[in-house]
Amino acid sequence: MRNSTIANPADLVREDRVHHSVYSDPAIFELEMERLFGRAWLLLGHESQVANPGDYITTRMAREPVILTRHHDGSLQVLINRCTHRGALLAHEARGNARQLVCPYHGWVFDTNGTLRNVPVAQGYGKDAHATFSGLGLAKVPRVSSYRGFVFASLAANGPDLQEFLGPIASSFDDMVDRAPDGEIEFAGGIFKHAYNGNWKLVLENHLDGIHPNFVHASSVDAARAVPDDPAARPGAERYAEIPLRQMRQNGAPEPVWEALGIWSSEWGHGYMGDYHSDARLVAAMNHPVFAEYRSRLEARVGPAEAVRILGVSRFNSVVYPNVSFMSQYRQLRIVHPLAVDRTVVYTYNIRLKGAPEQMYRDTVAFSNVVNGTASWVLTDDLEVYERAQRGLAAATPEWVVTARGAGGDVEEPGGFRRGATGTSELYIRRQFQAWRKYMAEAPA
Amino acid sequence: MMRPAQDACAADAALTHELAQFLYREARLLDTHRLGEWLSLYAEDATYWVPLAHNQPDPYEHSSIMHDDRTLMAARVRQYAHPRAHARLPATRTIHQVGNVLLLENGPDHLRVASTLVVIEYRQERQRHWGALVEHRLRRTIGGFLIAAKRIDLVNSEAELDGITVLF
Repeated sequence: MRNSTIANPADLVREDRVHHSVYSDPAIFELEMERLFGRAWLLLGHESQVANPGDYITTRMAREPVILTRHHDGSLQVLINRCTHRGALLAHEARGNARQLVCPYHGWVFDTNGTLRNVPVAQGYGKDAHATFSGLGLAKVPRVSSYRGFVFASLAANGPDLQEFLGPIASSFDDMVDRAPDGEIEFAGGIFKHAYNGNWKLVLENHLDGIHPNFVHASSVDAARAVPDDPAARPGAERYAEIPLRQMRQNGAPEPVWEALGIWSSEWGHGYMGDYHSDARLVAAMNHPVFAEYRSRLEARVGPAEAVRILGVSRFNSVVYPNVSFMSQYRQLRIVHPLAVDRTVVYTYNIRLKGAPEQMYRDTVAFSNVVNGTASWVLTDDLEVYERAQRGLAAATPEWVVTARGAGGDVEEPGGFRRGATGTSELYIRRQFQAWRKYMAEAPA
Repeated sequence: MMRPAQDACAADAALTHELAQFLYREARLLDTHRLGEWLSLYAEDATYWVPLAHNQPDPYEHSSIMHDDRTLMAARVRQYAHPRAHARLPATRTIHQVGNVLLLENGPDHLRVASTLVVIEYRQERQRHWGALVEHRLRRTIGGFLIAAKRIDLVNSEAELDGITVLF
């Protein structure tokens, strides 16, 4: 059975259902690392993390440990984090600054563009040492490209370029960056790293799912609703808990709100959900002093008309398949790292809008604690459900998992997006699996 | 007759004992799931803080694993009692082992007390353990101590962690 599924993984995806083994079969997972994560553009981070020459971060691409670093000529380099001699990791910290990368094992020295600079006791390699060393620069990830400061890389030498890969979902990155009064953003304030015993696809499916909040998050909705409104609150002087409470309550929006939301999806499995926050404080109310200050700073740079356009964009989660989910309006971004078929870790970053009032960034941090925090009222229930889904999906019966909600009602729109018939259509899951099938159908060249 | 130095020493020992008993009582309330009583140990303006970063200077510019005022603490306690609190049912069983209780400051308005904390938790066939440096800021009241602030620095706060549903 297993061998036959591997023979043609494309058969595991149908129009309105997928085979359970795509979530549970370790052999499928290995194939995903080779064909999907080994080929797609993966987000590594943001240029603000490697602002200065020698700055680096370490991360993963499929099975490869990689270093994203800024070389002294200003170029971004993505190197395989493995000494070409005996294989030790060159950088083991999450981030740092290094003029050169020095192997801890035998002292080999590499430049930050991967060039091998020095081999101690080189005479041991005999007369042909130079010939031997010339091919031993660090392996480089073949393609690196940025979009508005977001650094992507692909382990495949060929394929669509980044712009083509992103297609219309690039507009969600625009939404994030356009909101910055200085026209720039940065990653700031630490990284949540939450892990769960479940497949990596579960989190990307959940982030555009408008049905689950009323069920999965019932306990945090009710707990937040039970808190009385702050009688002393006036705009600009709210209690500390205000942002977390409002976010938790909003998950309890009634069904018609979710149904009326837009859900859009594009080629390569990307998609976004329209915003469901009607709460004024959360989306920065027009009469709020912090927002008024922010708005005036934004207008000063882009003009009033453009500010209206920028602030009129309303998106909740955007997913760039297969490793990114972000909230452009709420200034949060997650990178998904698959570790095993049933083990995933998600890194979550806060986004600071440069030039915005300090309080807006503090709101971002408070929002992050409640939505993405490892001990969040909200996230912990998502993680629990991912794990229960994983345990159920390991069962061989029934064989198929239904993705039919809203099937047949999807509508093509100009610009490359397809829109679900309702806000709770599973259109985005079907598109993710169409992309999955395309990646998985053939071995990399 | 005790000499003054012995007096001070005895008073110090009595206070340290009283503080340790107070911390043990807090641990006991958590381990026996008496969360309403646990909450009542905290002042109305209390903060409960589990930083994300090592040596994190503040909770406003940087994410925290938990950073609650009393309102949010009460919302946490309320969530445990909800019939659909998926990640909290069945309730996690814990022991909180408090040690190395040390009086850092005995000021006119408050006391600062350091301790170490080891937590063993068990739920759904999984056991985990936690270690933390803890600091309490306590106020003396007629009814005993009230916690004005508690900071819990987990040794592995920056690790890749599964969801956390226990209180420390």
